[in-house]
Amino acid sequence: MSTDETGPGGAKTPESAKTPGEAGPDLLQLITPSGERISHPEFDFWVRDIADDQLCSLFEDMTVIRRIDVEATALQRQGELALWPPLLGQEAAQIGSGRALRADDFVFSSYRENGVAYCRGVDLTDLLRVWRGNASGGWDPYSINMATPQIIIGAQTLHATGYAMGIQNDGADAVAVTYFGDGATSEGDLNEAMVFAASFQAPVVFFCTNNHWAISEPVRLQSHIQLADRATGFGIPSLRVDGNDVLAVMAATRLALDRARRGGGPTFIEAVSYRMGPHTTADDPTRYRDANELEDWAAKDPISRLAGLLDRKGILTAELQQQVKDKADAVASEMRRGCTTMPDPQPMDIFKHVYSTPNSWLERQQDHYARYLASFGDPDGAVSKEGAR
Amino acid sequence: MTQLTFARAINAGLRKSLENDSKVVLLGEDIGALGGVFRVTDGLQKDFGKHRVVDTPLAESAIVGTAVGLAYRGYRPVVEIQFDGFIYPAFDQIVSQVAKLHYRTRGAVRMPITIRVPFGGGIGSPEHHSESPEAYFTHTSGLRVVTVANPQDAYTVIQQAIACDDPVLYFEPKRRYHDKGEVDESMDPRSALPMDKARVLTDGSDVTLVAYGPLVKTALDAASAAADEGISIEVIDLRSLAPVDYEPVVASVRKTGRLVVTHEAAQSGGLGAEVAASITERCFYHLESAPVRVTGFDIPYPYSKLEMHHLPGLDRILDGVDRALGRPNSLSGLEG
Repeated sequence: MSTDETGPGGAKTPESAKTPGEAGPDLLQLITPSGERISHPEFDFWVRDIADDQLCSLFEDMTVIRRIDVEATALQRQGELALWPPLLGQEAAQIGSGRALRADDFVFSSYRENGVAYCRGVDLTDLLRVWRGNASGGWDPYSINMATPQIIIGAQTLHATGYAMGIQNDGADAVAVTYFGDGATSEGDLNEAMVFAASFQAPVVFFCTNNHWAISEPVRLQSHIQLADRATGFGIPSLRVDGNDVLAVMAATRLALDRARRGGGPTFIEAVSYRMGPHTTADDPTRYRDANELEDWAAKDPISRLAGLLDRKGILTAELQQQVKDKADAVASEMRRGCTTMPDPQPMDIFKHVYSTPNSWLERQQDHYARYLASFGDPDGAVSKEGAR
Repeated sequence: MTQLTFARAINAGLRKSLENDSKVVLLGEDIGALGGVFRVTDGLQKDFGKHRVVDTPLAESAIVGTAVGLAYRGYRPVVEIQFDGFIYPAFDQIVSQVAKLHYRTRGAVRMPITIRVPFGGGIGSPEHHSESPEAYFTHTSGLRVVTVANPQDAYTVIQQAIACDDPVLYFEPKRRYHDKGEVDESMDPRSALPMDKARVLTDGSDVTLVAYGPLVKTALDAASAAADEGISIEVIDLRSLAPVDYEPVVASVRKTGRLVVTHEAAQSGGLGAEVAASITERCFYHLESAPVRVTGFDIPYPYSKLEMHHLPGLDRILDGVDRALGRPNSLSGLEG
């Protein structure tokens, strides 16, 4: 990738500053971009059980979530969703880490971790509920042990840390895992979360997907050092992993989870990846991003990389490819059906769940609005008449 | 019945809550060995341990944000914000997370978090130590905002707030921390007046005077002084600022025909404006005069040598009562 020497405000960056996101010898990798499995003295241990059938399963998962992503993007373009945050390019980071988690671990993510939600077993309709405008949250967090995705950047890192303090109090060996992007590393909340996590040695894993872009702001505007190095300043051990390498991500995540379960405290993982698409469907990356950069990263694609490994092993058969494609198509079709048949919420639903116990102010407003709607004869009709005014 | 200060009464209420529910945890800066800068949590860490009474690093957003995570895990966190003016770094976590998670998750996740905030002026402190930020929070749906005006309420309401499944901001009138009052520690908070109810403190027929927190005592003093002049004031302690319990205020204004609202917070966009508007909507034909607000000025909280000019005192409240009554007052003769 390009190494721009010009920092914010046109100032030259110091000679010693490493561009965050650059590959380097500290980047953990188990599969090369061409699909060659390379051994690692320490990290092979963490994926020693991943046999061929599991590699195929990871290949399927990544293919399925890419298909989910394409389908959701299409649904947005067709007017069925108001917005969608694509994860194209980040499949390995999400599947590699998501598949490392245990059911009793708890995830606090940003809005882009739809692949992680898939790993947690999310109902596919629930995945789209927020983006269709039918609810502010898609699912019951306790049904899949994953909080509804956070839109405020970095806020969820504190929730994970607090949850981890609760795990600690309970004497359990579960782990709280928080996902966030490179942009969140500039936020106060993540920095405060790292202070708390280190102070209390909370069992929390900070999983940073460095996808290089915070909307239009490049990661070099956020940091003059590698993001993983930031954690060191808080006394939190960190790992820098090739985020497009599903095995490397899984190994790093398993190590971090194991450390947390054994009372070893927090770990920070920087998964170096790339957001191949726009920030959301409302964004136009051609206004700020060099096409060459995109091309460089396309050569490191996480799915074709794993396909390369499967091919080298002689297990990427036409049958497997067809089977994976069929699964992806079936999932996409189910999701589309769930989306287009999702019933619209009812007008009075807006008043539900503001409080868990009755609130006299709101009850009065609710009552007045119900009377207003009733004045049209039909509450549903009232909304359409309003819209037609 | 025992004589307790406000601070001790809150301490006793916290102790009860810690005893009765193992899921109650306290979080805050300096709340452990020191017992809080006002000693409200004095002795609690010693008796309940460092995992129940957690001394945290100095970071308000994290104190509230980790409380969110603990609530996700089934805990009932009680966080202390050391001073009113220090709550702003936690504002996002309070209004975007604590307030909205129940709504966002369609009722699946509860946020039974109590946020204790020593608030208000009159103690001669430098800036950031005397503010009344309650209106920022009464404007946010999903939060309950309460304040207390006597040690008995301080004792029971803190327990009600902790037991409530909704998030509660519990504003403590810091200039009253050392005031003493009778507290019945055997009182079951479930049988006490609910925290979202207002209380009529004096019967009156001429003017309804609404106050809360630190100004309730001042309002009672004003009512007493007015009585000497033959003016009968009905003082109402609002107690809950979100939601406001309008029923007793409406009943009172229908009787007196006049309303004065007083608070230390700045006037514009303050709770007094909301009360005045709501009462006007509900009692327009019963009002004999326009509602009157006696409040702090629309200024940053002033340096302590001048704070008594900013804070509504007995005489400013009585001047407001005169305005409501159409008696000669400081604004007599002024149009508009």
